[in-house]
Amino acid sequence: MTRWLLLRCLQAAVTLLLVAILLFCLMRLAPGDPLSRVSGEQQLTPGALAHLREQYGLDQPIARQLAIWLAGVVRGDLGASIEYGRPVTSLIAERLRASLLLGGTALLINFTLGLWLGAVQAVRRGTPVDRWLTAASLAGYATPSFWLGLVLAALVAVRWRLLPAAGMQNPLLASDAGPWVRGLDIADHLALPAATLVIVSIASTMRYQRRAMLEVLPLPYIVAARAKGLAESVVVRRHAWRNALFPVLSLAGLWLPILATGSVFVESVFAWPGLGSLAAGAVGTRDYPLLMGTALLVSSLIVLGGLLTDVAYGVLDPRIRWA
Amino acid sequence: MSRVLEVENLRVTFPAGDGRRVAAVDGVSFSLDRGETLALVGESGCGKSLTSLSLLRLVPAPGRIEPGSRIRLGDTDVLALEGDALRAIRGRRIGMIFQDPMTSLDPVFRVGDQIAEGILAHFRVSRREARERAVALLRETGIPDPAARADNYPHQLSGGMRQRVMIAIALAAEPEILVADEPTTALDVTVQAQILEVLDRLRAERGMAVLLITHDLGIVAGRADRVAVMYAGQIVEEAPTPALFARPSHPYTRGLFASIPRLTGPVERLRPIPGTVPSPAAWPSGCRFRPRCPYAFEPCGREPPRNDVGPGQWMRCWLEGEQR
Amino acid sequence: MGLTGLPGTLIAGVWRQPSGRAALVTLGLIVAVALAGPPFLPNPAAQPDVLGQASLPPGSGHLLGTDPLSRDVLSRVVGGARVSLAVAGLAILVSVTIGAGVGLVAGYLGGAVDAVLMRLVDAALAIPRLFILLLLLAVWDHIPLGALILILGTTGWFGTSRLVRGEVLRLKQEAFVTGAEALGAGRARVMFRHLFPNTLGPLLVAATLGVGDVILLEAGLSFLGLGIQPPRPSWGGMIFDAKAELLTAPWTSIFPGLAIAATVLAVNLLGDALSGALDQRQS
Repeated sequence: MTRWLLLRCLQAAVTLLLVAILLFCLMRLAPGDPLSRVSGEQQLTPGALAHLREQYGLDQPIARQLAIWLAGVVRGDLGASIEYGRPVTSLIAERLRASLLLGGTALLINFTLGLWLGAVQAVRRGTPVDRWLTAASLAGYATPSFWLGLVLAALVAVRWRLLPAAGMQNPLLASDAGPWVRGLDIADHLALPAATLVIVSIASTMRYQRRAMLEVLPLPYIVAARAKGLAESVVVRRHAWRNALFPVLSLAGLWLPILATGSVFVESVFAWPGLGSLAAGAVGTRDYPLLMGTALLVSSLIVLGGLLTDVAYGVLDPRIRWA
Repeated sequence: MSRVLEVENLRVTFPAGDGRRVAAVDGVSFSLDRGETLALVGESGCGKSLTSLSLLRLVPAPGRIEPGSRIRLGDTDVLALEGDALRAIRGRRIGMIFQDPMTSLDPVFRVGDQIAEGILAHFRVSRREARERAVALLRETGIPDPAARADNYPHQLSGGMRQRVMIAIALAAEPEILVADEPTTALDVTVQAQILEVLDRLRAERGMAVLLITHDLGIVAGRADRVAVMYAGQIVEEAPTPALFARPSHPYTRGLFASIPRLTGPVERLRPIPGTVPSPAAWPSGCRFRPRCPYAFEPCGREPPRNDVGPGQWMRCWLEGEQR
Repeated sequence: MGLTGLPGTLIAGVWRQPSGRAALVTLGLIVAVALAGPPFLPNPAAQPDVLGQASLPPGSGHLLGTDPLSRDVLSRVVGGARVSLAVAGLAILVSVTIGAGVGLVAGYLGGAVDAVLMRLVDAALAIPRLFILLLLLAVWDHIPLGALILILGTTGWFGTSRLVRGEVLRLKQEAFVTGAEALGAGRARVMFRHLFPNTLGPLLVAATLGVGDVILLEAGLSFLGLGIQPPRPSWGGMIFDAKAELLTAPWTSIFPGLAIAATVLAVNLLGDALSGALDQRQS
């Protein structure tokens, strides 16, 4: 088991390395170099431009630039943002917490709600409940997240004034407000963006859970459990659920990229100070180091997430744990 | 004389795809007395497993037990039970050993917990008490070091041990009837004998009635008091075991015996029964064995009657008793 | 095995399912309207209408109202349909071609080729597609449509390649493959003549579902200004333009949003129905 674990970690490390190289190549694919944009906007003299070039190491051969970039990544140095003039890492560090909060909340709701609804669908397969749930979730999936966010903000926040429309905290909150008040305030702001993310992504979870449960429910050990005289709800909850959970766990690997993508739009629409809105903003200013840094971090989180999922699988499934 | 189980005219139907329903179990009747073992013998597809599942009302959808069937457990009408009352008989009055212990045990739970589950479903005891009883049950089935085995997962045990776990689970709630569905089919020959020994011993100790379902005539001899032979959803012959082995009467039963290879005696060619078992959707009219029967004659186009051929022995055939 | 009757049986299989029927009808309508074009474009989308007609609610003359720049919403929605569908369709073509090719090669050749290719695919899959697109598209001020299609296409083949590879690995065991090899068929021939046709089913499903994803991505990119460039109409762009008027002139953003949702929903239902039809064909 530990050997498998080590192998898996090694795999993840290799993937991360390839990701970094890929991102570097993507940036270099663009015609010209990152600074050609900047010079146009800021009207730099050729001398200043050359100086900047040297500063960013753009006058070196490509392979060397890659090596410098990778060395920097390992050190934790992702370069400096062209727009903000500050190290990319500090910018990311500031906004990471907000993204994790939003993403984590959405993930939690997605899984609890999605797993429950998917199980309901499986147990009531073929009934109107099943069909309606499928239709509703698919409709949610088909809805563009930025549009949904705008609509929700307009209706719930502006028209009905139930929740705030933007930001993570109320800037007018008294500076001596206790943690409970602060927490509620953040929760208020979190509600709409999290709801948006959940609506557009819950369909996948529900479908996977439904399919997984439908595969488990007819299995012999489920019939055997009923033969013991267990209540149907116990059979479903204790035996079917536990076994259906495994294929669904691997879903997490798929879900994280969806979450990351959605967060770019949702954070922008709701002005949530996370990595998504940071990336979206960096696009407008052609701030390549910032874009690359954000992309690298998000990808790393995804690789890490995949690794953790595999480990969880290995720990939870006794067939693997005690192999 | 206490009759613990009475099954009358059991019919289990399935949709055939074109709107009709076909009966995979078609008018099966039998009874069980306390302490006796009835073997239900037949090839795969004859409906014996479905019959056993019906006793616990576990027939998988879209199958259903047709009205007109009767299943009585002592004074209780099984087919009229619902909800908690139905759950109360599962495991507690009828215990079931399923066919393949690898797929009939939940892979993510320890076997001790799976046995305890069966105890806790019917008795108000503490978890510790249930656990102790589970270990005791494992010991009774002859598993060495039962306390350690109880903490194992199914995949960590051998086939024989898993089957003993299945037996323990079936006995957990102390039922009066034990249904063993092909208890040895998935096992090696050497282990088969051990398992059958265990079943025998436990049955005698607890005074249970046993319904033994199998396709193997070999394990019936010496273990069952009576035998019922099933073909195409019906019981075609029923007799006390010695009588069946001495004088198999129904052509199908005779065919079964004739097709068993012998270790002793002159070397003969194997004589299988010609043809194959028809599917429920394509059952022949009249006597269902007719197309494969070497003795088929004119009346066989009509449903054969129950034909008594000896004390406690009858068959569903137009032939007279000893006619060859 | 082969292609005989595949399109026919698939469409029949889809039609048999109620959700498939609904999807085919809806998509058919959308595509028909988009193709027809002119009859549905009372005002060519490019030119703003007469001034003083800004932000009119749906009514006579303008079936879906006008936007803040006095442009007819219906024309723009239809115009947007034409562009979005064309972009998505062409991009998927590119993705599927590359993905199938890579999957075939990796699956059939196996060994080091497979290992290297799949490691690269894994790394690419770890980066959310949107981020890749942001990096690639941020270069331009005004992205040419061709470049957009190509970039969308070349960033969307990773999942497909894994899918095709999986199918090839499964099919490799089958008798017809060994048979072809025994008859002396070269590797290319085995791949394209024998393996590829048998992957068409799952490939088609993946392509259909991929169209939905591309439409959503393109809409999002257009919303951010990185997709279809104005003055070309795009659903995402329309929603961006209408952002400020969401409560005062909701029709300006509701209709493009609904258009996206309806199209993607229909495409996804079609993909599901195709998958169901394929399963039935197997059994």
